[in-house]
Amino acid sequence: MDQKSWWDHAVSRMLWLSGKVGPLFALFVVLLIFGSISPDKFFSTLNLGNVVGQTAVIAIAAIGMTFVIISAGIDLSVGSLVALAGVYATMTMVKVAEMMPGHILIPIAAGIVVGLLTGALCGLINGAVITMGRLPPFIVTLGMLEILRGTALQSADGLPITRLPRGFSQIGNAMWTIPVGNTVIYLPYALLILIPLAILAWFLLKYTVFGMQVYAVGSNEQTARLCGVNVTKVKILVYIIGGITAGLAGILHASRLNSGQPSEAVGMELDIIAAVVVGGGSLMGGEGSILGSVVGALIIRFLRNGCVVVGVSPFVQRIIIGLIIIAAVFIDQLRRRKLSEE
Amino acid sequence: MAEPLLRMNNIHKAFGATKALSGVNLEVYPGQVHILAGENGAGKSTLMKVLTGVHPADEGKILFLGRPFYASHPKEALQNGIAMIYQEFNLALHLPVHANVFLGHEKSGHGVIQFQHQRDATREIFRRLDSDVDPNALVSRLGVAQRQLVEIARALSVDAKLIIMDEPTAALSDKETQKLFEVIRALQQQDVGIIYISHYLEEFGEIGDMISVLRDGELVSCVPMSDVTPDLIIQQMVGRKIEDLYPKHEHVLGDVVFTVEDLKSPNGTVQASLEVCSKEIVGVAGLVGAGRTEMLRALFGLDPAEMKLLQVLGVMVLPPSPRRLMRCGVGLLSEDRAGEGLAQGLSIAANMTLSIPEKISRFGFLSFSRQRELADSLIKKVGIKASSSAQRINQLSGGNQQKVALARLLGADAKVLLLDEPTRGIDVGSKAEIYKLVTALAGEGKGIVMVSSYLPELFGMCDSLYVMARGRLSRKYRIDEIDADGVMALATGIAADASVTPSVRG
Repeated sequence: MDQKSWWDHAVSRMLWLSGKVGPLFALFVVLLIFGSISPDKFFSTLNLGNVVGQTAVIAIAAIGMTFVIISAGIDLSVGSLVALAGVYATMTMVKVAEMMPGHILIPIAAGIVVGLLTGALCGLINGAVITMGRLPPFIVTLGMLEILRGTALQSADGLPITRLPRGFSQIGNAMWTIPVGNTVIYLPYALLILIPLAILAWFLLKYTVFGMQVYAVGSNEQTARLCGVNVTKVKILVYIIGGITAGLAGILHASRLNSGQPSEAVGMELDIIAAVVVGGGSLMGGEGSILGSVVGALIIRFLRNGCVVVGVSPFVQRIIIGLIIIAAVFIDQLRRRKLSEE
Repeated sequence: MAEPLLRMNNIHKAFGATKALSGVNLEVYPGQVHILAGENGAGKSTLMKVLTGVHPADEGKILFLGRPFYASHPKEALQNGIAMIYQEFNLALHLPVHANVFLGHEKSGHGVIQFQHQRDATREIFRRLDSDVDPNALVSRLGVAQRQLVEIARALSVDAKLIIMDEPTAALSDKETQKLFEVIRALQQQDVGIIYISHYLEEFGEIGDMISVLRDGELVSCVPMSDVTPDLIIQQMVGRKIEDLYPKHEHVLGDVVFTVEDLKSPNGTVQASLEVCSKEIVGVAGLVGAGRTEMLRALFGLDPAEMKLLQVLGVMVLPPSPRRLMRCGVGLLSEDRAGEGLAQGLSIAANMTLSIPEKISRFGFLSFSRQRELADSLIKKVGIKASSSAQRINQLSGGNQQKVALARLLGADAKVLLLDEPTRGIDVGSKAEIYKLVTALAGEGKGIVMVSSYLPELFGMCDSLYVMARGRLSRKYRIDEIDADGVMALATGIAADASVTPSVRG
């Protein structure tokens, strides 16, 4: 075998491998790089636990976004929705706590329900306007980005909602400490939400008729319609799922901040979309996976954290993340071209 | 005769282990139409890609205008006088005709486009072609035939000496095809050489001077057109004798299984009534754009339309929706395999079972084993060549893709099959298999509607025939009541009725 074909062979093996475990491999590389520069700080179990906790917000919203992107849609309004859901959830908690002094669980539960409903309703609006109005998702959700942000600011009068029931901040911040030998592993409570949600979403996408139809609509909407798939229903459901997960992410985010912040999470939609894309989702639809998106979210969070730990300036940090997004999609395109040649 | 315009000598090309071309020769003389025939995958496209610089040849020599020729890129080939007109046009729909003709080599002075110059030059080119296309018209407003003229004009705008046409008549009506032939003859007069790739055998004799037949990457024959018969060409193409392209069948028609009365599209462009019996193959002939696809889409519920009656196996289905019709046992095969018929990125199994989730799931949960079993049995039934049911659609040949689309209808237990151009763009071998399959299905008692622009196929296959002209569907003719001339008379609107006595049938 001559030099060139050996090289070609190696490249195509690498690409094949990247298609199988790409995002996981990238995550491994990220951990390796920062870990080797600053092993003590970066690999401290407390730091790892913290990053996982931070990741949960984006990862949860990315799970819903995965459905939207596989169906060849996009939802730019999730950042604003995270803020709005957080504001409504916390406002509800404050109101209910006033009505029922002494109770803690009931106000928190009521707030969570309202936050989730806010997400579901906004997702329904997105989906309904996109399908019934036959408008491009990009435009509709861009409009909703402004509308929801405005609603959040207006509702909260531009100010943070504070004096929340004690204990609410535990959801997003608390960690279990598990002693292992002479060190301690930190596991954030948020994993209790993230992991079951990811498993549920993965199952829904992979093993149900609905999941198959989401892929079909994204792969070729015309074909889906020809095959009797209720495309309108599938699309609306997809945006509702995206809305609910954004609502959940908003509640978690509010918990981490221990307040409802109407001007928080600006631009978070881009991190969420980036997580899905880095995780193998195609903006053309038809491709993407839950595991990929969660790993994508971890990659982005660990990158940010790693940059801070090793002392890269926050400005350079953004440049690196931008490059990673483009590189991830570039490798994916290479893989696909190779695949279609074979 | 003069020096050849093009001489390709001993061309070899392999992709990995697959030999796409082995030792192919081709000579084209000025003013000559050289037909390139062969099944899909025989190497026609590869040979043309080698010529126009898409792929480099592994071995072999190319002489063009007497000089060694090598293009590293299609643009280089074009600049040197070799233009290729693909089946799918490469036109900017939002730009006017003249801008498309001069796209990439605009007539400009100091970077500013000289529109008047371009318009005049475009008009002059169309005059050479003896046709009138408005240089200012937007391409999106033009019909298929006129778009093709724009492509030809683009080739002439760089003074192409050799024009390659890939399936130029696939989307044209008979009348438009005749018009194209006139244009080709005009080009011949101007000593332009033409390489003409087509699946339509009966065109060859009319337009071709020479014919080269490729099979499995090898040149099987290269002879003057006058020395061969269509039967011989087919034999050379497939390497075996196809005795009966159209299987013989004698269907004793059963009961009526599908009735449509007074279908009317919202703007009134399509009006039709239609009846299909069990075991019957009903053809729908007509010119491209006559409204046949629109009719099928409307009665399948894909586009809105009013209907007085839509009955499937005695059950009323109004208003129609794809889901409802499929439940009642109707299946539609789309004319647009890549754009609508199949999800290219999904697997064979997913495509086959997309319309029948209830067969592969319980309470909304999928069973992959059942999906695989179902797909495997369908693959076997319709004879699809694939590595497994998990293979992606875009890795299959056109013929096999079409079989997947057909298999989906069978998987859904369709009793009435609406087939829109079922053999478009697939090779003769696959065509024969699809004809056999469709005939067998009719024999099993299914009712079949077959829309086709290819008359020999309709006459070979069908028990009865409708003709559509300008959105109006004719009455139903028994196949022995009408002949090709009659169909054309109806389709072009010359006649309102076209019965012939069986003895006169041509």
